[in-house]
Amino acid sequence: MELLTHYATTLVTFDNLLMLATTLGIILLIAVPVLLGMAYTTWFERKILGWMHLRHGPMHTGPFGLLQPIADAVKLMFKEPFIPGASNKVMFLIAPMLAFIPVLVVWAVIPFGENPFTGSLMVLANINLGVMFILAVTSIEVYGILLAGWASNSKYPFLGAVRSGAQMVSYEVSMGLIVLAVILLAGSMNLADIVNAQKTVWFFIPAFPAFIMFLVSILAECNRHPFDLPEAEAELVAGYNTEYSAMSFALFFLGEYVAMITMSAFTAILFLGGWLPPFDVAPLNWIPGTIWLLLKIIAILFFMVWARGTLPRYRYDQLMRLGWKIFLPLSFAWLIITAIAVKLLGNLAA
Amino acid sequence: MLPDLIFALFATGILVGAGLIIAARNPMLGMLGMLVTFINAAGLFILFGAEFLGLLLIMVYLGAIAVMFLFVLMTIDLEFFKLREKPKAYLPLGLLTVAVLAGEFILAANYGLFSTNVTMLPTGEQPQNIIQIGNVLFTTYVLPFQLSGLVLLTAMVGAIVLTHRPRSDVKRQSITKQVLRTKEEGLTMTKPKLGHGTGTNVAKHWKPKSVAK
Repeated sequence: MELLTHYATTLVTFDNLLMLATTLGIILLIAVPVLLGMAYTTWFERKILGWMHLRHGPMHTGPFGLLQPIADAVKLMFKEPFIPGASNKVMFLIAPMLAFIPVLVVWAVIPFGENPFTGSLMVLANINLGVMFILAVTSIEVYGILLAGWASNSKYPFLGAVRSGAQMVSYEVSMGLIVLAVILLAGSMNLADIVNAQKTVWFFIPAFPAFIMFLVSILAECNRHPFDLPEAEAELVAGYNTEYSAMSFALFFLGEYVAMITMSAFTAILFLGGWLPPFDVAPLNWIPGTIWLLLKIIAILFFMVWARGTLPRYRYDQLMRLGWKIFLPLSFAWLIITAIAVKLLGNLAA
Repeated sequence: MLPDLIFALFATGILVGAGLIIAARNPMLGMLGMLVTFINAAGLFILFGAEFLGLLLIMVYLGAIAVMFLFVLMTIDLEFFKLREKPKAYLPLGLLTVAVLAGEFILAANYGLFSTNVTMLPTGEQPQNIIQIGNVLFTTYVLPFQLSGLVLLTAMVGAIVLTHRPRSDVKRQSITKQVLRTKEEGLTMTKPKLGHGTGTNVAKHWKPKSVAK
């Protein structure tokens, strides 16, 4: 009891409360735009796909269908949450949360550029090992999907989950190696340092093969077309989320799209110079860095939708072949080449 | 003060997770307990300033090893109650583990290996322990490091040797072969006479089914 009062008096101080309040404020400031961005990513995807198919995409809810994501969210909120009788109920409810929380946690270390008023870096936690943090947290994502497939106690979700698990684990390996090559180039694992190291040249130019491999890997990592085998509608009904409805389904959906945005931001920071303008000249560097980062994220999201609109789905053995027999040796080779080049020429650290 | 409280939080998390592993009837729930334990252990690592090790723990154990566990649990048909039939059979092994752990604990406690120096996650200004680990790993401990790499390589080769078997009943796809295929290999142009078929091999081996008259 004495200890408790001791803790209560020393911990509950004005400074601590202020720190807590500002941290929560920053978290909201990041999470709300990310979630809104996710809602409009669905709209963006449907519009782009529509135009690629010579359709209009969503048109009826609001001007240009702009209110469609909100209508979808409201619909999902008011649907009946259905839990299959033969499922493992606890796991069934935990799984969507496990799929959604990690992708949002990643945003804690993503830097948004310099504050246009004060010049300080805008990031929630500027930790040394930002890259490692992202890789570690995204590797937890797979549990939500695996548990969902198992807890549903149904064939198709199970198959979808096993596929998804194998796929995400496989591509994480080559992704990690590519990221390692970028770290060697930048000489740091801090995301802000990596961006600042790209002031001379964005890394996608010296590391072009790695950039291409990384783009393909993030498609597989996010379970996106053409690697969307975990949710291949034609063969698996809808994959791991077949048995889900209402908000728990919405959480999977949210998780998938937020993961897309997260991975786009990660790619933009690793290869496309983060918040840096393409050229450090007058009209371009007047635009705040956050806008540049946003534009780059949108460009990569467009690439993801573009891939969905153009490419047919891979067969599962082709996917595994690409991951293990092509990307893994190539990224290894690239890592060795980068290491030699950095040893001989020095890295690009700012 | 705050680090103390966070330590208590992570430590409780580890104990709850570990308890869940042992007590859970459903192996899947035990698996979840393992996840909780790993995450909290990583939290402790980070709290003590070993942020690289903490994140590595999550990446390797949660991201790869535990996923493999989960795969096995998901795909084999577990008979939950058979595991409980003979708890006494596991007793010697359990006692041995307890003895080893207790020994380690006593050694650590007596030689002052318990650190009371708790720090928060280092930010950009502090020295990075990844550099220190790298320095030690590739100089002092380079041979043990190489040796552990070899052990892992052996395990990898072993796994492939044990599971790989040549199969003749499977059609393999060679993408290079398919891509490099020319028109001449894939296509035969014939001018069949009326009523004689194409005269190619396909037609020779084809036998008509008996037609009902």
